[in-house]
Amino acid sequence: MKRYVAVRVIKALLTVLFVWTVVFILSRVTGDPVDWMLQSGGDMRAREQLRHNLGLDLPLAQQYFRAIAGMLTGDAGTSFYYARPVSDLFAERMTATLTLGAVVFGVTILFGVPLGVFAALRHNSVLDRLTMGFSVAGYTVPNFVLGILLIFIFSLHLKLLPSGSVGTPAHFVLPVIAMSVAPAANVARLTRSALLDVIGQDFLECARAKGAKESRVIFKHALRNALISVVTILGAQLGYIIGGSVVVETVFAWPGIGTLIVNSAKQRDFPVVQFGVMIICISVTAINLLVDLSYSALDPRIRGRD
Amino acid sequence: MDELLRVRGLKTYYYSAKHVVPAVDGVSFSLRKGEVLGLVGESGSGKSTVARSVTRIFNKAYTRIEGGEILFHGRDLLKVPDRKMSDIRGRHIAMVFQNPQTSLNPVFSIGNQLAEALLLHQKMPRTLAREKAVELLRQVNIPSPELRMGDFPHQLSGGMQQRVMIAIALACRPEIIIADEPTTALDVTIQAQILDLFTRLRGEAGMSMLLITHNMGVVAEVCDRMMVMYGGVVMEEGRCAEIFDKPLHEYTKGLLACIPDLDEDKDTLYSIPGQAPRLEAPVTACRFSGRCGKAFGKCRGQEPPLFALGGGRAVRCWLYGGEEAAG
Repeated sequence: MKRYVAVRVIKALLTVLFVWTVVFILSRVTGDPVDWMLQSGGDMRAREQLRHNLGLDLPLAQQYFRAIAGMLTGDAGTSFYYARPVSDLFAERMTATLTLGAVVFGVTILFGVPLGVFAALRHNSVLDRLTMGFSVAGYTVPNFVLGILLIFIFSLHLKLLPSGSVGTPAHFVLPVIAMSVAPAANVARLTRSALLDVIGQDFLECARAKGAKESRVIFKHALRNALISVVTILGAQLGYIIGGSVVVETVFAWPGIGTLIVNSAKQRDFPVVQFGVMIICISVTAINLLVDLSYSALDPRIRGRD
Repeated sequence: MDELLRVRGLKTYYYSAKHVVPAVDGVSFSLRKGEVLGLVGESGSGKSTVARSVTRIFNKAYTRIEGGEILFHGRDLLKVPDRKMSDIRGRHIAMVFQNPQTSLNPVFSIGNQLAEALLLHQKMPRTLAREKAVELLRQVNIPSPELRMGDFPHQLSGGMQQRVMIAIALACRPEIIIADEPTTALDVTIQAQILDLFTRLRGEAGMSMLLITHNMGVVAEVCDRMMVMYGGVVMEEGRCAEIFDKPLHEYTKGLLACIPDLDEDKDTLYSIPGQAPRLEAPVTACRFSGRCGKAFGKCRGQEPPLFALGGGRAVRCWLYGGEEAAG
């Protein structure tokens, strides 16, 4: 088991390094940040000076290793645009993103899992079909389209809810809906099929024969077995939520790291983009790792293979 | 007479989009205290459906009990609402199923599943439930039971798993155990051990048992009385010794002829010609007439009733009742 964890952690670190490298190269392909910063043109000397100050005059390989060395020593660099340490910029915006993400994830579980259970128990009924129809619709609509649509209806026309920014609980409503519909729909579909795989298994009949009530048969015996697949999909959805926050935060002008990353990408603020993508990448990789490790806790058949 | 269970005219039908299958079509029997009743028949004869009708463990989407009574201590179980049946299952009537490999929940430990069986019906501290669970494992001859408590089902062999299932069934000292093909999925030496276990427990605990099997050898070893089922009805019933000694129904004779004789040197085993019928209600002929060597005109036109022959013996065949019966 220890060996397995060690191998997985090393793999995860390699994944992060790979993604970070790709972002490093891609962001530099988009063009020169100095063009953006000195829009009036500026003379050649000023440009050269600025490039030198930002470290952009160094060979690419040297910039790359400098950046890595910086990350490893806890220095994420300084933002080109804000001229402040990148870590400060993220620290200020992390709370907004985490709060939104946590609420979205909570809503995903709270709606997705019960809907799936409900659909499985009423398998092939009208309600089951309706739930699954909603689910397919829910996860085919991209979250930013849904976000814009929601703003259009509830903010612009009905004037019921704020279209963006933060402050009151009402500000959460639209972004949370926009972000959680697709993951909740996915979780519902997967919970349903995982539970349907379990329902009809002999051990449920045995639980009934022991005298367990139907609720106990479903929620203890069946759901516990379906949990492995459900946890897998929940992990995947959490990754999706983290990635999706970048777009949805922009739509709703949510002052989180998503908005920061998108704006920085436009401004070719390389250190911010790199650090932001790395944070997202680390979170997603860590979630996947945790999901994999949770299998052995959830399923005794996987345990103790060492 | 201390009669524990009396089933009268039980009818359980399966429904599909096009067909109604009378899986159990008017079965009656009684089970006395301390008695082991064998229910024999081919696949599809309705024997498992009888067992499942008693505890009502079946898929309600396509199964319905259409008639009859299941009197347990004189109280009709068919009038007990579904949600109340869980008080009876496990507590008064326990079941052992055919496939021990799939009957235990793979994600809970043996100890956990045994303790659950106890705690579902009795209030007791968990530590006491654990002690009792160990005791139950010892009772079904599981070596070093304390160590096995923490094991998960996949760590045990099929025979051990079935012992655990039997321990679970025994947990609340039920009055009746219904065992549905309890040895079919096990290999022969383990079958013998499990049957020995049943015989021993029966002597110790004085429980009644309904044993469902297609194996005549199993019936001979553990049962007092037996019923032969075919096409959803009882074809013959009586004391095991009598039926083995002198089977009356052609179907029973066929089943007994299927048991190979070790003294005889034969290359092929006997099998009853034809297949178990696919039934659809209503039935207008003897259900076995299509495969019976002695069938005559009346057999194909009218279904014979179960003729009582005295001494608890009964047979559903026109050769032993009606005007054509000799003597």
